[in-house]
Amino acid sequence: MARTITMEVLRYRPEQDAGPVFQTYEVPFTDDMSVLQGLLHIKDELDETLSFRWSCRMAICGSCGMMINGKPALSCKTFLRDLAPGPVRIEALNHFPIERDLVVVMEDFIDKLERIQPYIIPKEPRTLEQGEYLQTPAQLEKYEQFSSCINCLLCYAACPQYGLNPDFVGPGALALLHRYNADSRDGGAAQRMELVAAEEGVFNCTAVGYCSEVCPKHVDPANAVNQNKTTAAADYFLGFLKPKGSRT
Amino acid sequence: MSKRRPYVRPMAGWWRKNPFFVEYMIHEGSALFVAAYGVVLLVGLVCLAQGEAAWNGWLAAMKHPLALLFHLAVLAMISYHSWSWFKIMPKTMPPLVIGGKRVAPAMITGAGLAATVVASLILLGLVWGMTR
Repeated sequence: MARTITMEVLRYRPEQDAGPVFQTYEVPFTDDMSVLQGLLHIKDELDETLSFRWSCRMAICGSCGMMINGKPALSCKTFLRDLAPGPVRIEALNHFPIERDLVVVMEDFIDKLERIQPYIIPKEPRTLEQGEYLQTPAQLEKYEQFSSCINCLLCYAACPQYGLNPDFVGPGALALLHRYNADSRDGGAAQRMELVAAEEGVFNCTAVGYCSEVCPKHVDPANAVNQNKTTAAADYFLGFLKPKGSRT
Repeated sequence: MSKRRPYVRPMAGWWRKNPFFVEYMIHEGSALFVAAYGVVLLVGLVCLAQGEAAWNGWLAAMKHPLALLFHLAVLAMISYHSWSWFKIMPKTMPPLVIGGKRVAPAMITGAGLAATVVASLILLGLVWGMTR
């Protein structure tokens, strides 16, 4: 006889609900079942109208982020056995508008991702004949952790400053911005500085630090954001020492 | 016509909904006690500038039981503020590399706290030596 756990899932069907409401399901589970598998059981066996995003089931695609008992987490990486006896409360990621049930509107993040120029802007253009860009292990270490981001948005759901001011570029995009700035092959830091130091840039961060706590890939976005506060301040003050007209 | 009607949830009371945020607010709130103590010292400095009578008045006020209670409360809050401040410090600085190895966050926090204790003891010793 399988054990069961109560899953309280936040539903929002724009065509019939005025606002989000919780719906309760009794879900049989085994020790190897993740919260995502619990939701899949609901979808397959109990209620086909439930909507949620998922793909890889192994914490690499970043699709299945949601609030589990009030904390942002990947549902594929959270196990029902650890939440027993329950009930387990599942909500759409905080700080994002709910499109439907557990699906959030993420256009805002995609837009921010584009604005940080998330690609290497070569420091020195090289032809094919000149060969590849070389990098030492020490240079790799400077940005490697920040390149582990899977865009799961848990850090945004953990950031009250983003919730209070959605203009804030936010932890995830700024961590990726830092990933490229810190890459020895990249020369785009000056171009990205305008956004770092902007009204919506790093100074919105008040070092709550919860983004780094919830990150499933140990990116430490709080560190990336705060390092760039120093960089932005240095850039501003050192700018006064530069000859007139040379400031970008 | 689109059936889309994205629902935006309110932020009211956000900090009460997660123990991590409650801790953050206590940390931020404890900064007010740090500021309050700064004001007390500043008032002492102003009294000192005003002459002996004012200075002795300030010293007498500091010995009032309520002032002692206030100092105990401030000490507790400043200790908490220092502890939580150094706890977040590794997240706010560039990676510290010593001897080709990255210094662990716990080491940075520990070093900060140790520096606080040592600096406080030195200050206490100096004041003790001067007032005896």
